[in-house]
Amino acid sequence: MQVQDIIKILNLEVFGGSGGLNREISGGYTSDLLSDVMGHAECGNIWITLQTHKNVIAIASLKELAAVILIKGNIPDADILEHAENEGIPVLGSKEEAFELTGKLFNLLTR
Amino acid sequence: MRFEYNIEAGNFSKAGDASSSFKKILKQLNVDPQIIKRIVVSLYEGEVNIVAHANGGKAICEVDTNLVRIHLVDVGPGIPDINKAMQAGYSTASARVREMGFGAGMGLQNIKNNADILNIQSEVGVGTELEIIVNLPKAG
Repeated sequence: MQVQDIIKILNLEVFGGSGGLNREISGGYTSDLLSDVMGHAECGNIWITLQTHKNVIAIASLKELAAVILIKGNIPDADILEHAENEGIPVLGSKEEAFELTGKLFNLLTR
Repeated sequence: MRFEYNIEAGNFSKAGDASSSFKKILKQLNVDPQIIKRIVVSLYEGEVNIVAHANGGKAICEVDTNLVRIHLVDVGPGIPDINKAMQAGYSTASARVREMGFGAGMGLQNIKNNADILNIQSEVGVGTELEIIVNLPKAG
């Protein structure tokens, strides 16, 4: 499944990084602790978080994550979108909370 | 080959720049992607530690035929008790740093888990030096 597929199914907003919408998703990781993601997320994972600052893109890029989903209607900081565009990391948004969104994504990726 | 990167104190928007640059170099050198991942995690955590805790520093990255050696050298408060700093969950990070999702006391553990060798030397009031070594498998 690609990032663009889950955008449609989960009705996600695309804030930036649209160059990476055809990235393949290998799984997901839900965490707001950056070192936790750095240490444990896997290449191709979608990262679900409430963090909205530029370091999110740095980590997503270094770990080669498929995309980032910001939860609870959070808006990314203005300075991250250019970075996301350059790195081709889609920054997506959902109105839902981490629990609901993670559950839906889990079902999509494991069915 | 030797590459040197300056790391600014407190500038989180640049945290990860050294890791990103060095990652590109390692890719060009055809280093095994699994090993690049370990090096990048270690370097990134070291960078963030300098940004969050020190008054500035640098990362000196050396690529040899059989290993990558990273020296992270900072001018800063130093670590009074290295054993304590190595404990998972122990952190002296400020509230601001924690709100950003850093400062969870996982950084040094991440380095230890990804490096083949981690040496830490620190002097209170002077600074801290990390030596991180990741072995490269023999070609062929």
